[in-house]
Amino acid sequence: MAQSHDAYYVPHGSHWPIVGSIGLFSTAIGAANWMNGSTSLMAAPLFYLGLVIIAFMMFGWFGTVIRESVAGNYNKQVDVSFRMGMMWFIFSEIMFFGAFFGALFYARMFSVPWIGGEGHGGLTNYFLWQDFTPSWPTNGPGNIGGTFETIPAWHLPLVNTLLLLSSGVTITLAHHALRAGYRRALLVWLGATVILGASFLYFQATEYLEAYQHLNLTLGSGIYGSTFFMLTGFHGAHVTLGTIMLIVMWFRCAKGHFTRNDHFGFEAVAWYWHFVDVVWLGLFVFVYVL
Amino acid sequence: MAHAAVHDTHDTHDHKPQGFLHRWLFTTNHKDIGTLYLVFALIMFFTGGSMAMIIRAELFEPGMQLVQPEFFNQMTTVHALVMIFGAVMPAFVGLGNWMIPLQIGAPDMALPRMNNWSFWILPFAFLLLLSTLFMPGAGPQGGWTLYPPLSLQGSNSIAFVILAIHMMGISSIMGAINIIATILNLRAPGLDLLKMPIFTWSWLITAFLLIAVMPVLAGAVTMLLTDKYFGTSFFNAAGGGDPVMFQHIFWFFGHPEVYIMILPAFGIVSEIIQTFSRKPLFGYQAMVYALASIAFLSFIVWAHHMFTVGMPLGGEIYFMYATMLIAIPTGVKVFNWVTTMWEGSLTFETPMLFAIAFVILFTIGGFSGLMLAIVPADFQYHDTYFVVAHFHYVLVTGAIFAIMAATYYWLPKWSGNMYSERWGKIHFWMSVISVNVLFFPQHFLGLAGMPRRIPDYNIAFADFNMISSIGGFWFGASQLLFVGVIVHAVYFSKNRATSKVWEAAKGLEWTVPSPAPHHTFSTPPVIDDSMLAHGDVSH
Ligand code: HEM
Ligand SMILES: [Cu+2]
Repeated sequence: MAQSHDAYYVPHGSHWPIVGSIGLFSTAIGAANWMNGSTSLMAAPLFYLGLVIIAFMMFGWFGTVIRESVAGNYNKQVDVSFRMGMMWFIFSEIMFFGAFFGALFYARMFSVPWIGGEGHGGLTNYFLWQDFTPSWPTNGPGNIGGTFETIPAWHLPLVNTLLLLSSGVTITLAHHALRAGYRRALLVWLGATVILGASFLYFQATEYLEAYQHLNLTLGSGIYGSTFFMLTGFHGAHVTLGTIMLIVMWFRCAKGHFTRNDHFGFEAVAWYWHFVDVVWLGLFVFVYVL
Repeated sequence: MAHAAVHDTHDTHDHKPQGFLHRWLFTTNHKDIGTLYLVFALIMFFTGGSMAMIIRAELFEPGMQLVQPEFFNQMTTVHALVMIFGAVMPAFVGLGNWMIPLQIGAPDMALPRMNNWSFWILPFAFLLLLSTLFMPGAGPQGGWTLYPPLSLQGSNSIAFVILAIHMMGISSIMGAINIIATILNLRAPGLDLLKMPIFTWSWLITAFLLIAVMPVLAGAVTMLLTDKYFGTSFFNAAGGGDPVMFQHIFWFFGHPEVYIMILPAFGIVSEIIQTFSRKPLFGYQAMVYALASIAFLSFIVWAHHMFTVGMPLGGEIYFMYATMLIAIPTGVKVFNWVTTMWEGSLTFETPMLFAIAFVILFTIGGFSGLMLAIVPADFQYHDTYFVVAHFHYVLVTGAIFAIMAATYYWLPKWSGNMYSERWGKIHFWMSVISVNVLFFPQHFLGLAGMPRRIPDYNIAFADFNMISSIGGFWFGASQLLFVGVIVHAVYFSKNRATSKVWEAAKGLEWTVPSPAPHHTFSTPPVIDDSMLAHGDVSH
C-alpha cells in the first residue's frame, strides 16, 4: 500500500509515446492498404516501417526505464505500480483469448448443431442445409475449403505440451536461482527455457506446414480451420513474443541488472510465460483432444 | 533503494516545461493529460454533433432531401463511433485523470508515461476512422455495431475502421490499467477503499469493466477482419459459423460498454448532489455496492440486444429477467440521490442543475430500458426510434449531462476562475429544454413503428420528426454556449475562485489552491476523516 514512502516519484516527460503512436498509425494504414490488395509504398512497406518504429520505440522506452531503475531512481511504490500494470495487462490478454475460445465453444455447442437442425434450428436446416449432418471437426454444409484432415493430438501437440510444461518448470528454477544469487544456474535455466520455447515454435511451424501441405487444413477450412488457426496462431504469436522477452532477460541477467530482491523485469516475463503456458493447456484440451 | 525518496531532477519535472509542443506532446503530468483528453473530447463532440445535424436535417421532412442514402448511413455509423469512443469515453478519462489523483492525494497517475501514450493514440485513431469518409467507396455504413454480413459487404474502408477500433482499444485498456494502479497503489495513507470519494470509486469499477471487455471487442473485430480478408468462416453459416455469433461476442462487450459510459456519470452526480445539498451522500456504502452490482450484472445481460434475432426460449426468458434485475441497484442509486437532497439546504448552481436534470432524465431512459427488456414488447420496439430515444436519454441527458455538470463543477479548480453563472444557467435551460424536444417525440415515433437508421420515412411520421429536428438544431446551437462559457472562464473571467470554490465542497481536491498547481501532493497528505465529502463512514 501507499505507506512505504515519504515522497513520491514522478518520471520526467518522454518522446517515446508519440513515437509509438506514429508507429501504430503507420502499421495500421499499411496493413489496411495491404489487405485491400494495394501494392504501393503505402501498403506492405509502410506496414513494416510501422513495425520497425514500434520496435525502436520499445527499445528506447524500456531502455530509459532500465537505466532509471539501475540508477536506483525507483522506490517500492513504483515497483508495485509496475506489477499491477503487468497483472492487469495479462488479464486483458486472457479476455482477448476468451473471445476466441468463446467462438469455438459457440460453434461446437450451438451453431453447428443448429445448422444440422437441432433445437430451434429445424427450419434453417430444412430450408437451407438439408443434407448436412452436424459433426466436429467440420467446415460446414458448404464444405468451405474442401475436405481436410486434422492434426492428431497425441503426436506433435503432445510433445509441445510437454515442452511448454517443462519450460514452466525451468523458468521457476531460474527464478529460484536468481533469488538465491546463483548467476550461473540462473543463466542455465533461463537459457533452457528459451530453448524449450524455441523448440515449441519450431514444432508448431512444422505442424502448420504439415497442415497446409498434406492435410488441406487451412485458415479457410470452415469454422474448424478458423478457430484452429486463430487460436493456435495468436498463441504462437504470444510464445514468440515471450521467447523474445526471455532472450532479453537472459542478456539482462548476464549483465547483472537484477538483484536477489529486486528483479521485477524478470518476474513480469515469468508471469507472462506462465500465462502462455496456461492458454496452451486450454488449447490442447479444447482444440486438439476434445 | 526501496524506501528512497527520490525525485527525478530533470527540468521537465519540477517546472512547467518550456515550449508548447514539448509540453503537450511529451507530458507526464496528469493535469496536462486530463486537459488534452477533455479538449479532444470536446472537438469530437462537435465532430459527431455535426454528423447528427446532417441526420436531423435529412429527417426534417419525409422524402430524400439533402444527402444520398449511402452518405446518410455513413453519418449514423460514424456519428455513433465518434460520440462513444471519441467524446464520452475520453471525456470521462480526462475527468478521471484530472480528479482521481487530486481526490486520493496522489502526485500523479501511477504510470505517467503510459498515460501520455493512452492519450496520444487517440488523435491518430480518429484520423484513421474519419479518413474513411473520404475514401473511394466511402466509409462504413453498417451501423456502429458492425454486424456481419452487412458490415463486410460494404467498401474496403472497413479494414481502416477495424484497425482504428484496435487503436482505440489499446488506448482504453492502457488508460484503465493506469487508473486501477493509481487508485489501488497511490492512495494517501489512511484513505481506505471505503473512504474513497465516490467518483474515484465509480472509476475503479469502470476501469475494471474496460479491461475486461475492450479485448473482447478486439477479438470480435479481428474475426470480422479475417472473415473479410483471410477466408475464415466465423460468421458464415456455410462454413459452420454463425452471423449471430458476432452479435453475442459484440454485445458481451457492448452492454458493459454502455455501463462504462454511465458509471463515472453516477460518480460525478453523487459528488455534486452532496455538495449542493450540503449533506453527505445518503448511503455511501450502498452506493458503492450498487456500482459494483451493476458492473457485475452488466456481464450477464448482453443478449437483451438480440431478442429478435432468434434465440432459444430459455435464453429469451433468462436475459429478460437478468436485465430487469439491473433496475434494483439502479433504483438504489436514484433513491439515494433523492434522499441526499431531501431536507438538504439546496442551491441551484449550474452543476447542480445539470445533476438534477440527470437524475430525472436518466431515470426516464432507465424506464424505457425496462420496457425494452420485456421480450414481447421488444419485438415491437426493436430497431425502432423507441430504442434511439432510450439510449439518447441515458447517453445525452445521462452521460453527457454529467460530463457538463462535472465541467462546471471542477472548471474553477482547473482554471482558477469562476465561469459566468448567468451564462451557465442559460446554457443549462437551453440544453434541457431542447434535448427533450429533440428526443421525447422519438418515443412516439418508435411506438408508431418508425425504423431507426433510415433516411426517408412514411409521411405519417412527419410532424414528430420535424419537432425532433427543430429540437436537434436548437440543442446543437446551445452547445456553442458551452464552449463560450468555458473559453470565457479560462481566458477572460476576472472572478477568481477560492481553493474551496463551493461553500460546502469537501474532500482533498478542494484543499489545493485554484488553479491547482502543476504538481500537487508531492508528499502524501494527512487524511482527516471529517474532511471526507461523504462524511465519516467508519461507524
Ligand atoms: C435500467 C437500465 C437499462 C435497461 C433495462 C436497458 C435495456 C436495453 C435494451 C433491452 C436494449 C435493446 C433494445 C433493442 O435494441 O431492441 C437497450 C439498448 C440500448 N441501451 Fe439500454 N438499458 C438500460 C440502461 C442503459 C444505459 C445506462 C445505457 C448507456 C449509458 C444504455 C445504452 C443503450 C444503448 C446505446 C442501446 C442501443 C444499442 C444499439 O442497438 O445501437 N442503456 N437497452
Ligand atoms: Cu444493453
